[in-house]
Parts: sequence; C-alpha cells; structure tokens
Amino acid sequence: MHFERTNNHTWRKIKNALAVGTAFGSAILVILPLGLVFCYLLINGIGSVNWDFFTKLPAPVGAVGGGMANAIVGTLILLGLAGIVGIPIGVLGGVYLAEYGSGQVNSVLRFLADVLNGIPSITWGVVVYGLIVLRFKGFSAYAGGLALALIMIPLILRTTEEVILLVPNGYREASLALGVSRWKTIVHIVMKTASKGIITGILLALARVGGETAPLLFTAFGNRFWNHNLSQPIAALPLQVFTYAISPYDDWHRQAWAGALVLVTGVFCVNILVRIVTRGNTA
Amino acid sequence: METPQQTVMERVKEGIAPPPTAEAPAACTFEVRDLSIWYDKKRAIEGVTMNIATNAVTAIIGPSGCGKSTFLRALNRMHELTPKTRMEGTVLLNGNDLYSSAVDPAIVRRRVGMIFQKSNPFPTMSIGENVVIGLRLNGVHNQKFLNERLEKSLRMAALWDEVKDDLHKPGTSLSGGQQQRLCIARALAVEPEVVLMDEPCSALDPIATAKIEELIYELKAKYTIVTVTHNMQQAGRISDYTAFFYIGRLIEFGPTTKIFTNPTEKQTEDYITGRFG
Repeated sequence: MHFERTNNHTWRKIKNALAVGTAFGSAILVILPLGLVFCYLLINGIGSVNWDFFTKLPAPVGAVGGGMANAIVGTLILLGLAGIVGIPIGVLGGVYLAEYGSGQVNSVLRFLADVLNGIPSITWGVVVYGLIVLRFKGFSAYAGGLALALIMIPLILRTTEEVILLVPNGYREASLALGVSRWKTIVHIVMKTASKGIITGILLALARVGGETAPLLFTAFGNRFWNHNLSQPIAALPLQVFTYAISPYDDWHRQAWAGALVLVTGVFCVNILVRIVTRGNTA
Repeated sequence: METPQQTVMERVKEGIAPPPTAEAPAACTFEVRDLSIWYDKKRAIEGVTMNIATNAVTAIIGPSGCGKSTFLRALNRMHELTPKTRMEGTVLLNGNDLYSSAVDPAIVRRRVGMIFQKSNPFPTMSIGENVVIGLRLNGVHNQKFLNERLEKSLRMAALWDEVKDDLHKPGTSLSGGQQQRLCIARALAVEPEVVLMDEPCSALDPIATAKIEELIYELKAKYTIVTVTHNMQQAGRISDYTAFFYIGRLIEFGPTTKIFTNPTEKQTEDYITGRFG
C-alpha cells in the first residue's frame, strides 16, 4: 500500500494546475487580441461613425466631414456579384464531391480545393487583372466581384461537401426507396437536411471576402463617387480604409478608423447571424 | 421456454393464422431465378431461385452476413447504391423483368417500397409532409388528393388516431415505434405492390414491436410483404413462408410451419434450434 506517499499526490496536483493554467492562458491569448482590436477600433473610430458616414460621399481633401456611403454600397454590390458567381458554383461543386464522382477524382479535386483555399488573396487579384482588367481595358465592379467569387468558391465547396456528407445515408435510401429520382433526392432531401450548414458556409465565406482588400486593389480599384455602372471602377469599404489609412491627412485617418469599425461590426453581425441560423434543433 | 414451433402452432390452433399450405404458392409476386450478386469480388448471393407469394408474408432468416439483406435489397434494386455491385440471374415482378435495361430503378422502387431497420423520417419535415413527400416528389400536387392519401396511409399504418392532431409537428418528435409506423405510412402512400422490410423491429421495444407485427399481419391483405428478421420467434409469428439463407445460399424455403416444425435440411434445423448463428 502506498497511500502514505502524499508527496507524489501533491506533485500531481501541481502538474494538473500547471496544465490547466497554461491551457487557460492560451485561451485568453487567443481571445485577447480580438478584444483589444475591437476596443481600439471603438475608441478611435466611434467618433467618426455618424449619420454622415453612412449617407455622404467622401469629402474632398481639406474639407471636413463626408462619409463612405459609396464604399458601403460598393462592398454590398461586390458581395452580390461575388455571390451570384461563387455561391452556385461552390454549392454545386460541393454537392458533386459529396454525392457523385469516383473516389480518386474526388480526392484530387478535394486536394486542389484545399490548395486554392491556401492561396494568398492578392494572387486572385493578379489573376483577374490578367484575365479581365487587361482584356477589357479597365477596372470594374465585375472584375472585383469575380476576384472575390474565386476566393469564395473553394471555401463554399469544401463546407458544402462536409455538411452534405454529414447527412445520414438512411435519408437518401428512404427517399430513393420511394421511387424518387437521384437528383430530386439530393435537392429535396439531402440539401434540405443540410441547408443550415450550407447557409452557414455561404455566410462565413461572404464575411471572409467582405473584408478582403488585396484582391480588389487592381480589379475594383476603388472610386470616390457613386458608381451605378458595373463596368466602371467601384468603391469598397476595405479599399477605402486602406487608401485613407496610408494618406497623410488626420481627417482621413479618422474616417479610416470609422470604416474599419463598420467593417468589423459587419463581419461580427454576420457571425451572429450564423449563430442564429444554426441554433435550431435540426442538423 | 416458448419455442417458435409452439408459437406458430398456437396461432394456427387459435385460428389467428391460416394454416399455410405445403404446396408452392399459386400466385407469386416475385419470381427469382438463379440470382447471384457480387460486391466487388466478394459473392454475397449465390444462385438463389425462389417464388415469393402474393398477399403473404415471407420471412428471410439466417445468421449475420448470410446475404439476406442483400437479397431483399435486390428485390427493388437498392443494392445497386453500393458501388461496384454486379448481378446475374433474373428477378420478375408480376412477370416484368426488374433488371431489363429499359427499366428505370426509380420506377421499380415506386412499385416495391422499403422499410429500414432504423426508422428514418425526414428531419426537416412535419409528420404530414413526411407521409406525402413520395407523391409530391413524384409530381403529385393536388392538395385534396394528397390530404386523402395522407389520412388513408396513416390509417393503414395504424398511426392516424395517435397523430391526427399533430400532423404539423416534426416527424422526429414521435417515439421510435411511431416513427417506424410513420415510415410505413410514407412507403404505403405511393401505393406500392410490395413492401420490403429490413429488420423493421430490431431497434424497437417489445410493445412497439408487437404493434408493427400486428400491422404487418394486417397489411398482407393488400400487399405482398418480404421481411428480413434476426428474430426467429418473430418469423414464426408473422410469416406464412420462411426462407433460410446461409453463406449466400438459399438453404431451405417453404411454409413457415414446415420450416419450423419439420425442416428438411440439417443446417436449417441447427439454426432454428439455436445450435449456431
């Protein structure tokens, strides 16, 4: 019997406390930057977030005030264009990977999608610059939207595939055993069952590309005015923040802080939306 | 201890079960000839020939891995969902070759419904939607017709009285036994000729099992039923004919009373008396 060896027991307790403490500290280290960034943005940006910021165009250099209305609308337009191209391709590609195709081809496609997910976003900007901007001789909203779409596709593809694979096979079999065709089974049973996961993937992809600056630098290019022609350069919030932040004017710096705050809040809201979407009881 | 023999004989004595006839069934729904099925290189079924009687319950028994589920799934081409399957032989459903190249598997499955071991009501749909989804996805949109079929199917599945006020609730909110009867109602709604059941009670408690067994007994007036079961007492209670499978072969097939009381083959007797399997 070795119950009397309390020394050993104490040492184990210390080791346990150390391990728990380290894990807790690491968790705090992960969350801390988020809190700091948000606080810093709030302190520096909140003063310039006002009605004008959401409704007015940027003011000329030297003039006080102005806003980023065009950039906010521009970002929404770019996300819309990116969604029109990226969501159907990403979702359908994910469905293909999960439901069709052979094992070997699929593992190659899956690997390529993972490689695409790892490509620095500025590369997409360069690709679209070469493919679209040079060919049509001009920066445009279309080019910006396409660059964002190309980033979205592999993201949506992989999440869609994963959530579709999570749908139990019993539902597919039940539907097929009713004499329902394969395609209708996939659309009405499998995708419907996985719809929350698919929507989550889409929202997270939109939130991710909504904050992208690099791929827009030489595609959407930015614009200081309202633009209703999608074949012309268009403003985007991250681009405007970038331009203002590297400018030499204090007033523009304040506007950049406000822009960054609005951007982060937007992404934050999308994440909360995802939480609400996924809260229900079905998968 | 109650033996399956007694169970069958008791039912016959009490007039609950008709005494099954010894000769081959007059009317048969399925004619299976020399059916062999391979999964990749592994042979799961080997040269099975049997006729399945119309408006009767045929039970398929045998130890795990004997190919009974594969055989069942071959009756509505569900086994084709497994990649790299190959089959030889013919399966005739009321004289039509199920495997002729002109036949769409979806049409086969509309005529031959299936109930699975694990009840699987669609989680995104209400009880009512679950029942009519087969019709809806096969292009029926007449709401009056759907409502009629909804009630009829749930009544046939002996579920109507329990759920008639809760048709809008999710199908997954029901108990296990109710979910399985909901799946039966869903299968019946497309009006199949045959209902295949793959161990429909193995995940249920004894009371829910009794209800499903009773239901199977009633359904055979309208449908031909083929059921796979691990439970020999159950096969004795509900079936008119029993097929014993062993390592992919059909060892013995005949009226349930004969198989359970006076089997011809030694292997059948050994399995039924619990000497193996």
